[in-house]
Amino acid sequence: MTAMAVADPALLTHPPVTGDRTRRRLSRPGVALAGVVLVLLTLVAVDPGLFTSTAPNETDLARALSGPSGAHWFGTDQLGRDMFARVLYGARPSLLVGLGSTVFALLGGTAVGLAAALGGRVGDEALMRLVDVLLSLPPLLLALLAVTVLGTGTVNVMLAVAIAFAPGYARIVRAEALVVRRSGYVEAAVGLGLRRPVLVARHVLPNTLGPLLVLGTVGFGTSVIYASGLSFLGLGARPPSPEWGAMLSEGRDFLSSAWWIGVFPGLGITVAVIAVNVVGRYAQQRFAGRAR
Amino acid sequence: MTALGLVRAVGIRLAAAVAVLFGAATVAFAALQLVPGNPVAVLLGPATTAPPAVREQIRVDFGFNRPVVTQYLIYLGHLARGDLGQSYQLQRPVSSLIGSQLGSTAQLALAAIGLAVVIAVMSAVATAGRPRLTAIASTWELVAVSTPSFWLGIVLLTFFSFRWRIFPVAGSQSFSSLVLPALTLALPIAGVLAQVLREGLEAALDQPFVVTARARGLSRTAVRLRHALRHAAVSLVTLAGWLTGTLLGGAVLVEVVFARPGIGALTLQAVSNKDMPVVIGVVLLSAGVFVVLSTLVDLAYLAIDPRLRKG
Repeated sequence: MTAMAVADPALLTHPPVTGDRTRRRLSRPGVALAGVVLVLLTLVAVDPGLFTSTAPNETDLARALSGPSGAHWFGTDQLGRDMFARVLYGARPSLLVGLGSTVFALLGGTAVGLAAALGGRVGDEALMRLVDVLLSLPPLLLALLAVTVLGTGTVNVMLAVAIAFAPGYARIVRAEALVVRRSGYVEAAVGLGLRRPVLVARHVLPNTLGPLLVLGTVGFGTSVIYASGLSFLGLGARPPSPEWGAMLSEGRDFLSSAWWIGVFPGLGITVAVIAVNVVGRYAQQRFAGRAR
Repeated sequence: MTALGLVRAVGIRLAAAVAVLFGAATVAFAALQLVPGNPVAVLLGPATTAPPAVREQIRVDFGFNRPVVTQYLIYLGHLARGDLGQSYQLQRPVSSLIGSQLGSTAQLALAAIGLAVVIAVMSAVATAGRPRLTAIASTWELVAVSTPSFWLGIVLLTFFSFRWRIFPVAGSQSFSSLVLPALTLALPIAGVLAQVLREGLEAALDQPFVVTARARGLSRTAVRLRHALRHAAVSLVTLAGWLTGTLLGGAVLVEVVFARPGIGALTLQAVSNKDMPVVIGVVLLSAGVFVVLSTLVDLAYLAIDPRLRKG
């Protein structure tokens, strides 16, 4: 398998780690704007009622499929529900699934990666060959295989997306942990007679975590895209939930008469992911700069 | 390369290919075992009307009454003979189902990756080492990699098909029906490729050979296209190879958006119906595609970098 000359897919599931050259390219106003967008999105997700007094599932058939106007900024859908309110209320389910799957992927990846790095040669071989096989499959296909086993629904989609991305994290954690294990301070700690679990918890894990959390930030954006995609396919959140993928799936039959139904829920996903990516890359660069 | 070296290289390649396929088959078998419930019912799916005789036949065929290890060996034996089993939802062999849908998806994937490479090369070659243009190009690339493909497809469909009626709404019959789905798959990939290619180009443009080439009287454009691009092409080819493999996943969403027949539509149907033989077949197909692509990528290295040909 090592003969396979395919790039480390962990680099591919996230936008590539940028080098020296791009550092000056991320403008401070851009990063600040992305930060503001993220704060606003968090507020919307926590309490959409701060920004709209309309209920997301309030139907008004007399006003069905009316275009964007002063009363309905994003127009109304086929049941006369206010799209603006629905997009705002969709932030919580959409972002929460992405967050949950990123956390689970990081936890699973860390566990497997540490076990491989510290578990002796046989364990390392077995785990990393499994990771190699999983990485040879497209992440979406892996997620679909997991949904087939687990069944549909929001929680299962969250787990499926976590399973799709955990192998990439496992490989990175293993590489980081191997570097840390060979470093001087760990040797010193071993020399001091520290027991293995203490050593891992106190020295190996904290020093592996930094780069992982930075990658996790960018990974969060990717997870949001995948989770909403699975909902769009009808495998995750179901209508009438205002989850963004489910909204797009529900609105598909009305694209010919009402463009706003297809545009705004996806705009929510895209704006969220752009903001996450900008902040994530900034964190990557800061981190790379500090490590040097 | 000597004859012995060649045999050795091909041998390693074949062993790696078998390892990937074997690994994927094992993962798929494990997944089948992990599905809760009676295995015959799982294999048949919820929408089945199979009579008891058929159920008994499946029990015997798959050996569900035997130990798991025996079942696994029987399963591998079937696969080794190219027998992917039978879809119980569609009453057809999995291999013929996949075969009948493969052409449409392959067409879509190849069109998408070709388009993505062209867009990425244009974007990166024109802007590498030019800060103002790079700032503009980086912005579109960031938007492209952050946009979910299924939404991009919906937006393109809404405006170019429903509103302006430039392209057909659905189907896969004509060339014009390929344009929007291919563009939908291509743009996010083009964003990633362009970013990586620009990094490589800028590194190459810093090399002393660029000054030499300019001193020999080559124009800036010629230096970029004939020299720098060749240096940056290795990472481009590596990425493009891996991304082509992932298109089998991306095609699921895009084929659903554009109501196009293909592997993606087949996969979604199988996942929704828990039609495990078809899902397993698609997983194995995907592993096979990975093997073929990584071989092609290695061969492309030889074409790009003459230093590797001595081996």
